[in-house]
Amino acid sequence: MSAIAARAAAVARPRGIWGFILRRILLGLVTLFLVSIVIFAATQALPGDAARAILGRNATPQSLATLRKQLNLDRPVLDQYFSWLGNFLSGNLGHSLVANEPVTSLIGKAVENSAFLMLLAGLVSVPLAILVGSVAARRRDRAFDHATSIGTLTLAALPEFVTAIALVVLFGTTVSRILPAVSLIPPDSPPWDHLEELILPVAALTLAVVPYITRIMRASMIEVLESDYVEMARLKGLDERTVLWRHALPNGIAPTIQVIALNLAYLAGGIVVVEFVFGYPGIGAEFVGAVSNRDVPTVQALAMLIAATYVVLNVFADVATILVSPRLRTSLQ
Amino acid sequence: MSGAAATAVEAPVAAPARHRPLVVLLRRAWRQPRTKVGVVVVVLLVGTALIGPLVAPHDPAAFVGAPYSHPGSGHLLGTDNLGRDVLSRFLWGGLSILGLAAAATAIGLTLGLTVGLIAAYSRSWLDDALMRTMDVILAFPAIVLALVAIATVGPKLWLLVLAVALTTLPRVARVSRGAAVEVVERDFVQAAEALGVSRVRLLASEVLPNITSTVMVEASLRLTYAVGLIAGLSFLGFGEQPPAADWGLMINENRQGLTVQPWGVVLPVIAIALLTIGTSLIGDGLARASAGIDRGGGE
Repeated sequence: MSAIAARAAAVARPRGIWGFILRRILLGLVTLFLVSIVIFAATQALPGDAARAILGRNATPQSLATLRKQLNLDRPVLDQYFSWLGNFLSGNLGHSLVANEPVTSLIGKAVENSAFLMLLAGLVSVPLAILVGSVAARRRDRAFDHATSIGTLTLAALPEFVTAIALVVLFGTTVSRILPAVSLIPPDSPPWDHLEELILPVAALTLAVVPYITRIMRASMIEVLESDYVEMARLKGLDERTVLWRHALPNGIAPTIQVIALNLAYLAGGIVVVEFVFGYPGIGAEFVGAVSNRDVPTVQALAMLIAATYVVLNVFADVATILVSPRLRTSLQ
Repeated sequence: MSGAAATAVEAPVAAPARHRPLVVLLRRAWRQPRTKVGVVVVVLLVGTALIGPLVAPHDPAAFVGAPYSHPGSGHLLGTDNLGRDVLSRFLWGGLSILGLAAAATAIGLTLGLTVGLIAAYSRSWLDDALMRTMDVILAFPAIVLALVAIATVGPKLWLLVLAVALTTLPRVARVSRGAAVEVVERDFVQAAEALGVSRVRLLASEVLPNITSTVMVEASLRLTYAVGLIAGLSFLGFGEQPPAADWGLMINENRQGLTVQPWGVVLPVIAIALLTIGTSLIGDGLARASAGIDRGGGE
């Protein structure tokens, strides 16, 4: 995304930093608009009869007619799209074909569950990655650093569902049973009342994003630790711990903000498989279910929701990068 | 310039190496111990997947015992949720993932390279239009894009390949455009242009060889992702359909019996994990080798 940031920065120069932020947000909105077209086109505006594609060959004429009416398939494509988008923007996400209730009420609780899961995963993974990356940088080329390097390379390669299943095998079923292998969260109780059930899903997501943040944090800290002001702090006689955590760390974090935000955005996709593995009742598991059932309105709504989260976090990544990097900031003024 | 500079990899391969940049890259990569480990692991797994069906003791769909039987005579690693031989299903189940992932990567790589090279060479509105389109595809998490496609058409293998290729395309396009943008400005390209060499030939024989190291690194990275994505989608039930033997599907079929008979899950999980680790080790070795070349040939 840095390409976008740099390009937008180049264009935004005359209007300074607020101009850049405004432009980046507008670009995000345009992206979201295009995303909505892709989702709509892929799910509903296919050549041929979308109703038959959804219901299959054995559908009765009656159910076909009902679905056509429900999706406005009897109207021109552009008309369908704009009425879908208009409804969407006013909070009407359509009517589930399977659950026979409005999509909004179907996914309300799932949104809350997933948001909490992502939040926890972020709160655990970001500090952990910053810590591991900093320590690896401090002990550069020593055993801990090598172990971290191999560990992050390995973990980064693993698909989330493999990590998740491995956690289930290790902690939930075969090897030991110290943690719940399935995240059963009753529909009427908030996810924070079931923290034990959340441990393994959070761990799976954490292991998916920690490697990337750790690597960039290590690289950034190595640069900072070799800088003049860190040398200066050491020469002043400050003990190494103060130098590392008080002087080096704040400067080392700045360049990683973008990678952190991008990885939090990555979580929006990561929850799809992880929630499915643990049966966690969030939008990811709901999405997989809707895809299996070909519940088009629910698929549209959830795809839009996940893509929107992803786009918003990407915008945030670019804005944060500009805000925290002095060089880019001054080039805007 | 600022936009291109951010994604651009340093211009690869100086003049002496121009003849066989690929050979130089592979030789350097091979010197890295991690590349050797990666190659050994990948060769072992590809070998298992290819030879497996020939040496499997049972038909992968045959019922040989009670569901979730423990390892014993007749079924070395026990049976699965329906009483089929776990070992045989494992030996049969690698081909589909490998084949689909390789096909998706190849398609995505070809299309991505084409888009990237055209964008880099056109230096016009076409460049912008192509790269903005790539940005829109990148606005979806890969798995969501694949699932949206599956929701409408259903779980078809060709669709799986196309969907994964589609998520590969913009990432390859970006990286290859970034590398090619600097190459098209160089003298030998300008010279070929002046000589009236056709655009297709120019891109294929003058520009492409000069971005091979970037493309090779990207290819191994994309292959790792494709394996993970394809395996993940079959795990979710959108790949090979039962009763086919497929590593991703096996994991899903047998995970209810994890406490009773773990092999039906553990074996394919380990295989997929090793496969992705292996390809990413190769990718890392290639990346290190190519960084060395970019820096002017230092080790």
